[in-house]
Amino acid sequence: MTSARQAIRAYGDRRDDGVIQLSFTLPVPLSEKAREAARQYCAALGLEEVKVASAEAASRHYTFFIVYARSPVVLDYGAIDVPEVRFKKLGFDALNRLIEEEIRRPVVVFGACTGTDTHTVGIDAILNMKGYAGDYGLERYPGFEAHNLGSQVPNDELIRRAKERGADAILVSQVVTQRDVHKDNSRQFVEAARAAGLPGKTTLLLGGPRVDHRLALELGFDAGFGPGTKPSDVANYIVHALLKRMGKEPPGLHFEGEPE
Amino acid sequence: MSGPFVQDADIARARAVAQEVIEPVFELIRRHTTVSVERTVLRLFGMADAGPSGVPLPNLMTDRLKAAGVLNRGAAYWYGRALQLGARSPLDAVERIAALPADRLGPLSAEMEGNLREEVRAEARSAVEELRRRVAARDALRQEFPMAPAPHKYVIVATGNIHDDVEQARAAAQAGADIIAVIRSTAQSLLDYVPHGATTEGYGGTYATQENFRIMRQALDEETRALKRYIQLTNYSSGLCMAEIAFCAAYERLDMLLNDAMYGILFRDINMRRTFIDQYFSRRICALAGIVINTGEDNYITTADAYEAAHTVIASQFINEAFARRAGLADWQLGLGHSYEIDPARPETLLLELSQAMLVRRCFPDAPLKYMPPTKHKETDIFFSHAYDVMADLVAVWTRQGIQLLGMMTEAMHTPLLADRYVAIKSAGYIHRAARGIDAEFTVREDGKIASRAREVFARSMELLGECRADGLVAVIGRGHFGDVRRTETGGKGLEGVIEKAPDHFNPFLELLEGTRR
Repeated sequence: MTSARQAIRAYGDRRDDGVIQLSFTLPVPLSEKAREAARQYCAALGLEEVKVASAEAASRHYTFFIVYARSPVVLDYGAIDVPEVRFKKLGFDALNRLIEEEIRRPVVVFGACTGTDTHTVGIDAILNMKGYAGDYGLERYPGFEAHNLGSQVPNDELIRRAKERGADAILVSQVVTQRDVHKDNSRQFVEAARAAGLPGKTTLLLGGPRVDHRLALELGFDAGFGPGTKPSDVANYIVHALLKRMGKEPPGLHFEGEPE
Repeated sequence: MSGPFVQDADIARARAVAQEVIEPVFELIRRHTTVSVERTVLRLFGMADAGPSGVPLPNLMTDRLKAAGVLNRGAAYWYGRALQLGARSPLDAVERIAALPADRLGPLSAEMEGNLREEVRAEARSAVEELRRRVAARDALRQEFPMAPAPHKYVIVATGNIHDDVEQARAAAQAGADIIAVIRSTAQSLLDYVPHGATTEGYGGTYATQENFRIMRQALDEETRALKRYIQLTNYSSGLCMAEIAFCAAYERLDMLLNDAMYGILFRDINMRRTFIDQYFSRRICALAGIVINTGEDNYITTADAYEAAHTVIASQFINEAFARRAGLADWQLGLGHSYEIDPARPETLLLELSQAMLVRRCFPDAPLKYMPPTKHKETDIFFSHAYDVMADLVAVWTRQGIQLLGMMTEAMHTPLLADRYVAIKSAGYIHRAARGIDAEFTVREDGKIASRAREVFARSMELLGECRADGLVAVIGRGHFGDVRRTETGGKGLEGVIEKAPDHFNPFLELLEGTRR
């Protein structure tokens, strides 16, 4: 839904001054010429009043710049459309209560780092008791039955075990992203999940530092969770998805913190 | 100062208990060998190439011997048999053994057996001498260009392409890094062979190969001379090829290796027996080559909670130390791992982190120690992240850490950009310079929060060590006490590569490295 036009520019220390900061490296030795190259680089980006605040030799052949400049870009904030929040995000106790009252059984969740990925930091943060940044992991919720299969789990094994237990949701964590290995592995997961008939019965979620909701949708997941995701974000999503499947919430319902 | 906090006698008691904990494991180690230990023996004899199909020759030979059911006598013995058959090169040796029909694999006369062993022992002695010469050349370069003062700033390169790694490593060294780690390709730890040659394709890192080690060490030798400051190189002796990697690293003059007695078991699900046996021989090689090992206790507190599991780090360090000393490593070679990982949302985390780091320093006064940066609670606000890392820099210099892996402000976002490393090195340099000697200026009060937390953690680690002694290390790992991970003795990968030694099993390198024979 769009509203009245509202022009905004970047805010440095005065309204509409357009000041932004950026840092980058150029593959040239530090010199006056390098500094000028940085300035021209920023000008080519469309920036004005470029101030190269710092130029340092990151090594003999590379120079690191910190730059402040003004951006002429004006954005109409009123024209930006994001789904409206209808539901407040529920905390630990409230979500457990909702599960108890509306679902009336524990919500079964399986998670793993699949393929060759050995980095369990992300999946552990979401599933383990401890959680992340003071936000409890799904294992801690009485309303969830969480299974963390760990790292280097073959996609097929994750799917098989989740299916056996009748999982409501599967979380795939992908940390290593070199040469898009996360995308290849995730596509393979989705294909295997489709072959096993999971879509529509089980919510398929993708998470990782280089994952966003759009990428996850492209790859065939129901949702994607990127950096900064709290376990409670994932917990809320899973519960709403299940309630929608159960017909207890309208399909178009939106809630605070849902991936966009 | 980093406390007394605890009595010397209590620390000595922890050490004695750890010794008892590892004793039963040594019974297992003494009676068994593994395919990777035997492959290392062949590499020590100079078998470095790969066969026509790209399979490393040591694998070809041990696979053949294992299939024939005779690897339990030792690859060195069969290498000797191949020599007696007139083998003129490693490939020739493999081919001759492979061509030998099963009925010709039986024992020789007692005299011929004796001669064969003496011949192979002589060759083993000269191989060890060659290794010693190469290590001495490295040590001479270190003497000529002394390292900067500790904490040594450790950074990681991870492009997947050894030549790009060299470019990044040189830049990091020029920016002030003291130690370069080349992260391995994801899941290399699960390969039961060491890939061959220079590699340019890796996922999340670069394959550890002998040739890649050589290329990187050569580049760092050049940087050492240009910067007049020795730059150290480290890699990973973990997974299914611990000892083979240790040999490749020793031969190519690496300075350090990640090498932990239990890490593979817990975090890579490698079989327990396999890991215990492999770590022993790998550490024997590290001891010979003057390689500093880095242990992985920091990983416990990225899976378990850093505040709750602090004692598991200390207990494991005592166990790792006991294994290491038993393998002949000196205290200066023990980069026992720990990290700055307590949830920053808690109050007083600087005090808690200081307490933990001081306790580690107090328990292991002569070990360099390896300090790891925050990762688990990193957020994508790079400015906060940078401040968070700087606190770890302060704790590192305060507690005289020998090795400090520098935190990256883009941790949890992407593999470090060149500039990320530069920024981390520059600020760590500042903090180290600003606060060096601070521990000598302040005495931590014995009745304060830091000391009482240290006493509490130490007491809990004593309890855990006691549990390990009473019930066995295997049982305690089975309970998930280390890193919240449960493993069983016969579970995990690589058990099929564990072989009970025959009574006449022959490994002349073990004889030399253990000093039972000169």
